[in-house]
Amino acid sequence: MNTLQKDLVVIGGGPAGMAAAIEAKKNGLDDILVLERDSELGGILQQCIHNGFGLHIFGEELTGPEYAGRFIDELEKLGISYKLDTMVLSIAPDRTVTAVNGADGLMKIKARSIVLAMGCRERTRGALNIPGSRPAGIYTAGSAQRMVNMEGFMPGKKIVILGSGDIGLIMARRLTLEGAQVRMVCELLPYSGGLTRNIVQCLEDYNIPLRLSHTITQVHGGRRLEGVTVSQVDDSRRPIPGTEEYVECDTLLLSVGLIPENELSKSAGIALDPVTGGPAVDELRQTSAEGIFACGNAVQVHDLVDYVTEESRIAGRSAAMYVLGKGAKGETLKVTPGERVRYVVPQTIRRGDGAKLFFRVTNVWKGVTIEIKLGDKTIYSARKLKVAPGEMETVELAPEKLASGGGELTVSVTGGE
Amino acid sequence: LETVRKLVCIVCPRGCAIDVTMDGGEIKSVRGFTCKRGEAYARTECTAPTRTLTTTVRISGARLPMIPVKTKTPVPKGKIFECMDAIKDVSVSAPVHVGDVLLRDVCGTGSDIVASRTMAKTVR
Repeated sequence: MNTLQKDLVVIGGGPAGMAAAIEAKKNGLDDILVLERDSELGGILQQCIHNGFGLHIFGEELTGPEYAGRFIDELEKLGISYKLDTMVLSIAPDRTVTAVNGADGLMKIKARSIVLAMGCRERTRGALNIPGSRPAGIYTAGSAQRMVNMEGFMPGKKIVILGSGDIGLIMARRLTLEGAQVRMVCELLPYSGGLTRNIVQCLEDYNIPLRLSHTITQVHGGRRLEGVTVSQVDDSRRPIPGTEEYVECDTLLLSVGLIPENELSKSAGIALDPVTGGPAVDELRQTSAEGIFACGNAVQVHDLVDYVTEESRIAGRSAAMYVLGKGAKGETLKVTPGERVRYVVPQTIRRGDGAKLFFRVTNVWKGVTIEIKLGDKTIYSARKLKVAPGEMETVELAPEKLASGGGELTVSVTGGE
Repeated sequence: LETVRKLVCIVCPRGCAIDVTMDGGEIKSVRGFTCKRGEAYARTECTAPTRTLTTTVRISGARLPMIPVKTKTPVPKGKIFECMDAIKDVSVSAPVHVGDVLLRDVCGTGSDIVASRTMAKTVR
């Protein structure tokens, strides 16, 4: 068996992994290895051919492949090594990474630091318990996206989409452009989980109906999907009898949420946040295991790749500092979600450091105040026109704000309607 | 007669709500934008709406059968399906470099279809 030693092993060659590796290199690490299970770098961006990426990081609007391409070019230029078609099997708590590929066989890599950048996976039909048969023609929106944009075939002709997450909205437009008839997008909640701009440019532009407070209560068909029953739901998300409508379709796409992928984190004994599904991290993106950092959609599902890049740069820099013996020490403050807040990342902050807080709210509210307390003392307060679960909120906390006072940091959303 | 068109800006993910007051075909006022790009979007959207079109074309000799492409500049919204029709017939051979022009002046829009990524030549 091959045994290697590395200063930094990055698990995943998507936008998170590439940004982390590049930033670690720029901060003084040379001995870096990126492990990617796909046959090319770039991760999910390679199938996200639509534009809208990069406004924050590059100040221009790029497609997914263009955004990925810039990082691939930089990674190559910096001479950072990577292995493709390589599956990481486990990570031991002592930071030994076990991986396998066709060229090297089984490898044990002793890493002085690790960045976890595995991204996330889509929730599937199994997570929803939709009654009915199990015909062909039911896909997650992301699988359909890969089929259409990379492999060049259509999943079907008459399409119903369940879930109004961004991938579902993007696919509604994409399939319409390719000649399919997208009959409707159904959303269980009374509001969309996607970005408002995607409702406008993907649905309204093409007159695709968005049915809020609707779900699919029956799947029909034998070998192939023939139709679905769509029902309206009440305030507690239960189907309302008598509202059933049969909609003929040969394809059902599910865009019903993403789950951070953390089997490897679990193998390393890393503590996960039960709400995000990702590792609980500090402001440096260090996990509960010393020397193991995490970033991107493996930590929390981001709305924008620009934020993934930003977070991953922190993780990459922190890994470099750790290996170079400049890791941060000091008292940590616990960060907890308060009223109307579902989760906050990072979950802990060192007193001497500032941090940008990322959080999501539990519902849609207008005219609210975002308030952060350290113990009983309010250290941040700002008005916000509108908050929604589909749009991640951020607050930059300067180190001075945390200089005095004790207790936990609590992020809440108050007031408004 | 003055009418108000309510838009949601699509320039960035912020999604500002913009009100455009129109008098016939003329813009009287634009309110609610928070950046210059937003104002420009609102003005174009109410006079001659445009979109950047992103799609794929067939490629031979690469690891994958499709290569992602986009219109280099936004094209009139009303010409999107016509452009899709024209792009459908394009096919290219690897290698292709990001930014390479694959179809000039698509449907007389003045916009070129360019590759969104680099694809190397491979033995399939």
